[in-house]
Amino acid sequence: MAENHTTATDKTVPYSTGDSKITDATIAEMREIAARYPVARSALLPMLHLVQSVEGRVTPEGIEACADVLDLTGAEVSAVATFYTMYKRRPVGDYHVGVCTNTLCAVMGGDLIFDRLKQHLDVGNDETTEDGKITLEHLECNAACDYAPVMMVNWEFFDDMTPESATQLVDDLRDGTEVKSPRGATICTWREAERVLAGYPDGRADEGPTGGKATLAGLRLARERGWTAPGGSSNAETPKED
Amino acid sequence: MADTLTPVLSDNWDQIRSWQLSSYQRSGGYDALRKALAMQPADVVATVKDSGLRGRGGAGFPTGMKWQFIPQDNPNPKYLVVNADESEPGTCKDIPLMMASPHTLVEGVIIASYAIRASAAFIYVRGEVLHVIRRLQQAVQEAKDAGLIGTNILGSGYDLDVVVHAGAGAYICGEETALLDSLEGRRGQPRLRPPFPAVAGLYGCPTVINNVESIASVPAIIKNGADWFSSMGTEKSKGMTLYSLSGHVTRPGQYEAPLGITLRELLDLAGGVREGHELKFWTPGGSSTPLLTAEHLDVPLDYEGVGSVGSMLGTKALQIFDESVCVVRAVLRWTEFYKHESCGKCTPCREGTWWLVQILERLEKGQGSDEDLDVLLDLSENILGRSFCALGDGATAPITSSIAHFKDEYLAHFENGGCPFDPMASTVFATAGASA
Ligand SMILES: Cc1cc2nc3c(=O)[nH]c(=O)nc-3n(C[C@H](O)[C@H](O)[C@H](O)COP(=O)(O)O)c2cc1C
Ligand code: SF4
Ligand code: FES
Repeated sequence: MAENHTTATDKTVPYSTGDSKITDATIAEMREIAARYPVARSALLPMLHLVQSVEGRVTPEGIEACADVLDLTGAEVSAVATFYTMYKRRPVGDYHVGVCTNTLCAVMGGDLIFDRLKQHLDVGNDETTEDGKITLEHLECNAACDYAPVMMVNWEFFDDMTPESATQLVDDLRDGTEVKSPRGATICTWREAERVLAGYPDGRADEGPTGGKATLAGLRLARERGWTAPGGSSNAETPKED
Repeated sequence: MADTLTPVLSDNWDQIRSWQLSSYQRSGGYDALRKALAMQPADVVATVKDSGLRGRGGAGFPTGMKWQFIPQDNPNPKYLVVNADESEPGTCKDIPLMMASPHTLVEGVIIASYAIRASAAFIYVRGEVLHVIRRLQQAVQEAKDAGLIGTNILGSGYDLDVVVHAGAGAYICGEETALLDSLEGRRGQPRLRPPFPAVAGLYGCPTVINNVESIASVPAIIKNGADWFSSMGTEKSKGMTLYSLSGHVTRPGQYEAPLGITLRELLDLAGGVREGHELKFWTPGGSSTPLLTAEHLDVPLDYEGVGSVGSMLGTKALQIFDESVCVVRAVLRWTEFYKHESCGKCTPCREGTWWLVQILERLEKGQGSDEDLDVLLDLSENILGRSFCALGDGATAPITSSIAHFKDEYLAHFENGGCPFDPMASTVFATAGASA
């Protein structure tokens, strides 16, 4: 809710650059999203994710398109777009790299990782490298604290990070080396990820494991000790994921 | 007496491709739905009520009672909204659940919707978890293809649509009325209550909003019965639940146990506080629940037990901090979070969190004074209970509790002219030498 205090008001909003990629096909998809809901306006958040997947940010043309489809004013759409931190007014790189610096991750090493990455990439918070590849941002708790310190690339988990593994990760991303999330899929681009958030699946749900070590910590212990809920377990004896 | 750990929600998480329909069905998935559809909706509500299930999103409100509040004579459509926004600092249970077994949630959604006679259900999931969203989307699609969602579900005559809806980054959207505004395509700001969502929720229609874990608990209750569920837990806090251990603990992670287990027992299962260190402070249920210390290791982790020592069970997010962590640094960081996430609707929270950060920053740098502590407490008193929603209240929890337990540490910052702690010492990559 960046607009409260200093964060958003001191940033200029880029106006149209005249190269919007919103097409009739985009508008048709917006209408498709709107049709999922009993009341069309509910589609606004996914539609803005769609705008980002097409434009690489929330553009004035994207805002106007949402407004047209939902019969709202541009100002109404803008007021919503500026409220949410995932919507970006400035172009985002191919890879959005987040470092959790909420308290738990911060003390476990997130602060040092974030400092190291700023130096290594020569960018500040919410800035993009010159080659347009990486946008670095510090994040609030991403619901993965049992894997602290946590990083996210295009909203995929990277667990138990160190300054060394973090710099290696961003180097790999910049070099175009294939990168996989330890609890997710092969990393796609930020725009492709935004399209999934708009509600268009990319067929990668079956990649990756059921969970990591921490997810399974209690269950593994229960299996070892033969502990179950009353009535037993229907899964204790069957083949397991490795 | 139940076993120490009682995997129910997590029981299939080690199965091959546990997120797929076929795997879930091999573990007995969707048997509960068949059973529920053969019951009267009101009997499903009664079973959940009798089980004693209380909301797992933080407040612990009885789930069956919430369902009963839906006015069935209201002519408007009814809706179920699942709160999958999981953003309370420290909280990390719903996300791994949906990653490993999205069908547990989807089955719960269908049963709960049937019970309240909802025509549509929405799963509002925070946007920052791409792979979880993929698995939810796929699970809903698989369920549709199998006739478990749609028209005339399994020949019962019941129709339901389910939509997975990705948020866009805002902690406040976890607050249930802000979530409704967000789901209606607006800025996520809380609504005045009454009217309560049960009467006028989504689009002004009767709406139930429940946490992921609450809804995911429903299939097991229907399948095994209310008595089975209430045979676990304590007198007023029934059933099993996911406890999430994070921070300075040997084996962090998800531990599913009956309500009422203690932190001492959980730490024992998780290999203790990281080697060579000792427990300093912890949160029982996220950063909005007042901090506890080693003094509270034997408090039963149920709604009443944690309440009796002046905190709250919250989301059972047990964040463990050892003696290497500066409590002032920890509290400042949480306070910055509340300031950033304040939606700006009401003055005590919008302005108050801003002032709290200013003062804490000064304190951390060793530039404060005793009086600043009084100002912090005074400000907290003015925010607590005077804010429009519970975010403001939560913002004061780390401050007041840390001053109560660790006043000397604040004072040490003034005496020292800055923070006496080495930030490297608390990290996972600290070597013995570096932490000196
Ligand atoms: C600031 C704030 C954030 C919240 N975030 C969440 C959340 O992420 N998930 C959740 O289930 N409940 C959250 N809650 C609690 C919800 O308002 C609501 O009580 C809960 O979803 C009800 O579900 P339950 O009865 O099943 O627990 C939050 C509350 C507040 C005040
Ligand atoms: S307490 Fe904070 S988050 Fe809640 S309504 Fe007021 S300003 Fe918004
Ligand atoms: S504090 Fe970093 S993921 Fe929770």
